[in-house]
Amino acid sequence: MSESIGRTLRDGALEGELAPTLTIKDSLSSPFAFHVFSHILLQLSSRITTQNSQSRGIVVVALSRSPAYYIALLKTKGFDVASSNNWIHILDCYTDPLGWKEKIRKPSNVTDPSHQIPLATSSYKTVKDIDKLFSVITELGRGLVGDSKARFSVAIDSLSELLRHASLQSVAALVGNLRSHEQISCIFGLLHSDLHEEKAAAVLEYMSSMVASVDPFHHSVNGQRGYLGNSVSEQNFTKGKFNVRSKRRNGRVRVTCEEFKVELGGISFSNVSSVDGTTTAALVPKVQFNLQLSEKELIDRAKVVLPFEHQGNGKPIQIYDGRRSLEESNSETTHNSSVKKEGDIGEIIYFRDSDDEMPDSDEDPDDDLDI
Amino acid sequence: MEHTNLNLLDEALGLHNINNKLWPLCGRFILVEDSVDTTASFVLHHIIKRSLSSHPSSSVIFLSFSHPFSHYDRILRKLGCNLAAQRDNSRFFFIDMLMLQCPDEGKNNHDGLAVIFEKVERVINTLHPDNKKFLTIMIDDISLLEVVANGSSNAVLDFLHYCHTLTSEFGCALVALDHKDIYSNDERPALILELEYLADILVNAEPLATGLAKDVHGQLMVLDKGSQHEHGISSHKIHNFHFKIKENSIEYFYPGTITMS
Repeated sequence: MSESIGRTLRDGALEGELAPTLTIKDSLSSPFAFHVFSHILLQLSSRITTQNSQSRGIVVVALSRSPAYYIALLKTKGFDVASSNNWIHILDCYTDPLGWKEKIRKPSNVTDPSHQIPLATSSYKTVKDIDKLFSVITELGRGLVGDSKARFSVAIDSLSELLRHASLQSVAALVGNLRSHEQISCIFGLLHSDLHEEKAAAVLEYMSSMVASVDPFHHSVNGQRGYLGNSVSEQNFTKGKFNVRSKRRNGRVRVTCEEFKVELGGISFSNVSSVDGTTTAALVPKVQFNLQLSEKELIDRAKVVLPFEHQGNGKPIQIYDGRRSLEESNSETTHNSSVKKEGDIGEIIYFRDSDDEMPDSDEDPDDDLDI
Repeated sequence: MEHTNLNLLDEALGLHNINNKLWPLCGRFILVEDSVDTTASFVLHHIIKRSLSSHPSSSVIFLSFSHPFSHYDRILRKLGCNLAAQRDNSRFFFIDMLMLQCPDEGKNNHDGLAVIFEKVERVINTLHPDNKKFLTIMIDDISLLEVVANGSSNAVLDFLHYCHTLTSEFGCALVALDHKDIYSNDERPALILELEYLADILVNAEPLATGLAKDVHGQLMVLDKGSQHEHGISSHKIHNFHFKIKENSIEYFYPGTITMS
């Protein structure tokens, strides 16, 4: 499914439609949304550099990581950072989001770190002003791809951080404006869903055509939050489930599930492995009793004939009906079982006692009993 | 740093990796969480001691909201580290925030914490540029910082974000203590959750899960979320061990391996 996300983002927006939007959400019990985010960023970057996608450039709105981090990320993945100025631009909302440093450093004129960085960055110092942020993003994008019909992508590295600085309405308006901008090819953003009210996550999910959620393999039972609330299992720190919900134009919703694994080189995705004994054994927390059935137990269980299930398969019915002794009925059924079976089974003979008893009356038939 | 003195906490924090001559915590954010029953301030003391002894030009900026200088001086002296001397050598910068109170509610909160950040910045500017990556900024503690900010957790997060930008800008370390149980009633304790997202290393001190004991004073869980470096991402590591606070030192040991003396 990570493949199909990549394809959708590559193909970009259709004429007269909103740009495809991806929200990547996670929670503290499996905090790997950023790994997914950088995976998608790198994938899209390599497609842009090989001119294999609709978008010709990418604007990264960096709120939770420094521009230097992104440069290091691109470098490790073998991108030529020196020539990247024509396709990537980082809008630095991380270093000085509220303008404190500017105020302090103005007189002393300390070197601005963005000058030493080989990548095109611009700093943004009034994060609370979301309207301005929109115009800055679109300006930067236009600077990358020119004023023509070419489109660019927007990556927002933490919608959570934006939501902390501004109201939900203004963040939603920003996403909406970006989606309907005619030069934007696709948008993807990251959300830590447990930091916000459910409505915030829901609003952003409504506004995105794809939602990728990073979930742990097993949730904590007692509903506690955070790392330590979980029965800390090492499994949750390297692996997890990757659920993708994508909405088509016609309203069809497709949900797929994959597994991801965080390794030294990054994140990798795989189809949900067939449940074999060893993985299940490894995933289930160590308890003294057995939660899972073994292969043999499953087969044995399938063989068990439930009460009444055997009726009608040619064997004699061995239920004592209160009228004959068991022995009698046994002898009888063995005599003419085939004849009896046809007529008797499934027949209910009922005589109404009198006319004043309503059919199917729901009064208690035993209420005259004196117990 | 002498190898002989390394204990389980050093190992969990990665302080034994000194092969590249860098302060191992450089560029990282260490969040220490404790509760009323088990205070984790000894972790801060330990990191102060280690960071001051790690490199001849290392330094610590200490933002104290909870105790005066003399308190830390006495404790560190018992651990074998003379804070007063380090302060005179301009290696330990104590910023006393005990009497600080932000003037007004409302918008001024941000300005109030911006003033604290300005103080930190001013200290950093006095340092030699090469020594900035041996710097540790320590906050004791976040809950009192929140009090100073008149309860605005957003202001606290803004301040911590700015401190966090220093870690990526200069490669210094950021260590902060917070009390986890004061948020236990909140439906969504955004502050502590946000801090846990932000933290690179999480140290959690709790009373012993199995109840009170004479020889074990509590348990520590150190979660190293791994860092992204030139070789990619290193993986998560969890260390669980018990501790016993003694008069002049802390003893760390794996559960069940305490040596009776």
